[in-house]
Amino acid sequence: MKKNPSVELKLPVLKNMELVATNTSEVVSKHMDLSEEKSAEISMALIEACINAFEHSETKEDIYIHFIISDENLTIKVIDKGVGFDSSAIKLPNIEDKVGTQERKRGWGLMLIKELMDSVDFESDHTGTTLTMVKKKTDNE
Amino acid sequence: MSKIIETNLINNVVVIKTEGYLNNDLGEEIEKITKKYIETGNKVFLINLKDSKIVNSIGASILIEIIEQLQDIDGELVLCELAPIIEKTFKIMGLTKYCSVYGTQDEAIKGLA
Repeated sequence: MKKNPSVELKLPVLKNMELVATNTSEVVSKHMDLSEEKSAEISMALIEACINAFEHSETKEDIYIHFIISDENLTIKVIDKGVGFDSSAIKLPNIEDKVGTQERKRGWGLMLIKELMDSVDFESDHTGTTLTMVKKKTDNE
Repeated sequence: MSKIIETNLINNVVVIKTEGYLNNDLGEEIEKITKKYIETGNKVFLINLKDSKIVNSIGASILIEIIEQLQDIDGELVLCELAPIIEKTFKIMGLTKYCSVYGTQDEAIKGLA
């Protein structure tokens, strides 16, 4: 069986390193002939996934990103070696709860990733988190 | 990498034009300049994001803080020239319920007149 081609990145936890990931995703999206809209959605979701990995994993260790290319879709895995989290315990934000209240204004990353990608999955424990997100090449698959 | 490239007062509207990644740093720059203009009595702010094609949710969250500050003084935040993905991101967050979005700066200035 033919192995799907993949691109792998290792990012240090440094300011704005998420843009290295988006540069790569743009090249991969172009290679796959994805629309500009889909490419931009992937980049935006990837920015948020990287920020989550950088900030919430509480790790100084490098973040790994795997882009797995198939005929039907692009699968992206963002892997950190941080403290892990329980995604079911995270409440999706609502702007009405944030404007004019004492509630923290941040916390949009997971919601944006879910809205912008076709599927999102997490595997997380105390040794780290792997976020897997998929963008279909076409909308009717 | 990202900065405010222009700030103008046009018809009592403070127009802030940015360049580059709308992240934490640029968001804080915008907030700082907004506060400065609020202190001198200005209430209506237009952010022109024509040259900012990429955003993150931290930068966008700072816009929520600016909206709150403007609500306190019956002011208004308006956005223009958003890249499609930025507009989509702001819509998902619900940010566009709290600030109008215009295609161009001229349309925004006319709309605010």
